[in-house]
Amino acid sequence: MAIVFQKPHALTDKPFHYCPGCTHGIIHRLVAEVLDELGIEGTTVGVASVGCTYNSYDYFNCDMVQAAHGRAPAVATGLRRSLPDRQVFTYQGDGDLAAIGTAEIVHAATRGEKITTIFVNNAIYGMTSGQMAPTTLIGQVTTTTPFGRKPELHGYPIRVCEMLSTLEGAAYVERVAVNNVVNVRKAKAAIKKAFKVQMAGLGFSIVEVLSICPTNWGMSPQKSLEWLEQNMMEHYPLGNYKGKDLEV
Amino acid sequence: MQEIILAGFGGQGILSMGKFIAMAGLEEGKNVSWLPSYGPEMRGGTANCNVIVSEEEVGSPIVNKATTIIVMNQPSLEKFEKFLVPGGVVILDKSLVPVMPEREDVEVYAIPATEMAYEMGNATFAGIILLGKLIEVTGVVSRESFEKALYKILPPRKHSMIPDEMKALETGAKY
Amino acid sequence: MGERLLMKGNEVIAEAALRAGCRHYFGYPITPQTEVAHYMAKKMEQLGGTFVQAESEVAAINMVYGAASAGVRAMTSSSSPGISLKQEGISYSAGSELPMVIIDIVRCGPGLGGILPAQCDYFQMVKGGGHGDYHLPVLAPCSVQEMYELVVEAFNIADKYRNPVVVMGDGYLGQMMEAVTFRDEEPIYKADKSTWAAYGSELKRPHHTITSIYIEADVLEAHVQKLQRKYAEITANETRVEEFNCEGADIIITAYGTISRIVKNVIKDAAKEGIKVGLIRPITLWPFPSASFAKYADKCKRFLCVEMSTGQMLEDVKLAVNGRNEVEFYGRTGGNVPSQSEILEQVRRIAAEN
Repeated sequence: MAIVFQKPHALTDKPFHYCPGCTHGIIHRLVAEVLDELGIEGTTVGVASVGCTYNSYDYFNCDMVQAAHGRAPAVATGLRRSLPDRQVFTYQGDGDLAAIGTAEIVHAATRGEKITTIFVNNAIYGMTSGQMAPTTLIGQVTTTTPFGRKPELHGYPIRVCEMLSTLEGAAYVERVAVNNVVNVRKAKAAIKKAFKVQMAGLGFSIVEVLSICPTNWGMSPQKSLEWLEQNMMEHYPLGNYKGKDLEV
Repeated sequence: MQEIILAGFGGQGILSMGKFIAMAGLEEGKNVSWLPSYGPEMRGGTANCNVIVSEEEVGSPIVNKATTIIVMNQPSLEKFEKFLVPGGVVILDKSLVPVMPEREDVEVYAIPATEMAYEMGNATFAGIILLGKLIEVTGVVSRESFEKALYKILPPRKHSMIPDEMKALETGAKY
Repeated sequence: MGERLLMKGNEVIAEAALRAGCRHYFGYPITPQTEVAHYMAKKMEQLGGTFVQAESEVAAINMVYGAASAGVRAMTSSSSPGISLKQEGISYSAGSELPMVIIDIVRCGPGLGGILPAQCDYFQMVKGGGHGDYHLPVLAPCSVQEMYELVVEAFNIADKYRNPVVVMGDGYLGQMMEAVTFRDEEPIYKADKSTWAAYGSELKRPHHTITSIYIEADVLEAHVQKLQRKYAEITANETRVEEFNCEGADIIITAYGTISRIVKNVIKDAAKEGIKVGLIRPITLWPFPSASFAKYADKCKRFLCVEMSTGQMLEDVKLAVNGRNEVEFYGRTGGNVPSQSEILEQVRRIAAEN
């Protein structure tokens, strides 16, 4: 019997603990497929962050280091500088990367650290149960914006790709989504390119993945995907922000 | 054991003067310590350092009972005069310290070092002139080891100046 | 043995780390330890090592966390307010059992405080400024020569026990110059880090994970108990102390770092007045050399603890004496240093009262 579909080697056998409908599972798989296809699982060290994916070290089969909240890019810097012939990636959420870890991501990018960041943006804090994230949209209801995010009270959502693309050290910056099959394929291509940029020594690479959080958004998975398409994509346009023409 | 306080304005080379003496002491196989003031005053204000040169192990690197003070401005004299042991030595730059020490139980050597340095064509020699007197009066280190210290501490591009510095040292010693 | 060199304490720290094989340094400028970074910036480039001036102390300690995870010898240095910032990373490093060396050249606090020397980081380093049940060996040199020896030692202890190690000195020790003689070859503890470090599996072994999170109570408790057993082992093997003139002493002063040197001068002064004074100098602040205090608790008339803080080590001294004798205290702070005459005055008073 021919095998037509199987789990990537770079994923362990451990079942994901993520909520029904959560897209972390898809994104994990994409990263793992890329590690497999590039043949770099054995030469890659991943950095797990704090949030729903704190224990992604249980799911990725490569060596993993768990970092404090927001510090993954600094930990990745230490790893990468110590392992010049390896690949290092961080896997971070929006609270981790764009709030508590803003300094670390900005400076890792501007130093041009040869690391790849997978930035999962679902516009909310998942693990701590649905608080406002730096990427929460205006009007969006969360447990800390019970009457909706108001600019005069809560400020505005951060556009990470736009911000990081202004930095010379950032070589490749792209925003993707995993809301449908076409976009999932594009997301994988972007993740693959980001790792290739790292392997070519060109500098910092980041792929922002627009993602859903049905549990904390209080919607069904299907409804969540529609909400992502109708609201998030408007504020966070998909596409390449830097390094589109890099040949890797 | 010689316990020396060197003090003046930032920029006069006070810390380097201390290093020369400490290094010269080291050259002679003695125990030495050099402790700079690194407080906010080092930015343009006063600078001072404590240097100890001793046959025995150096206990505290902090000089509270100075055998010699070298002062290159008036506030430093006022501040450190009281640290001197009875019979201690004050070497001061008369060009910059118009008012003499109040203490009568100390030896005072007032040298117009800055004026002399200008006459020699190099204002930075003022400190070396004062160190010449220090070496002459206290014998804390020899001229030979002082010269060796200059070669060790100064960067090679400044080595051509060392013969002139040694002349300045001699001028101070003889003043 | 090499020749005697005149070097600044901070430069010696950096040189010692290089001699110990450290090629990864991550720091952030702060007085009075910045010369460590200056020295490292120059040498690492020459040696092909890694020097990163981080965006913050927080980032610097996490870079060390990453480098230590990869299995290399890594170090950061800072001074008190910067160490406060590093405490998060230090707690994580202790939890993840990462060998690393952290230098603290202490200045006076609290808050921005001042840049003058102090010992008021005792609590945050010895008692653990970060969260959780953990300990760090804390080495407290009293001279530039000892700074060199203890930094090398710190790397060895760190690797031997897979634990962060602190070398703590006051601002004077960082700033002062003294003679230092380097060994031709350093005693390097060779640890096999290949069994746990995250450096890429090459698909030849199960993947390694560096983590400090254990979400289940029993699992975390077992981890913490394992750490406690390690700390007991460190206490048994690595406690270091200097006892000076303690036999037959009426008064035993305890002090570490720069103060211990001043105390040695006091001991000479007091002897001239017929007062017998000894010194217990903890070289490791954790593990604390409690046995030395217990040994003399019933023999001397009084203990006197002298610090450049308001009574931090004092608590450990009292625990060690355990009520068998009185412990008096004298401390200065704000950047002031207890002087020889001030300490002698305390000695005279205690001698007269007992």
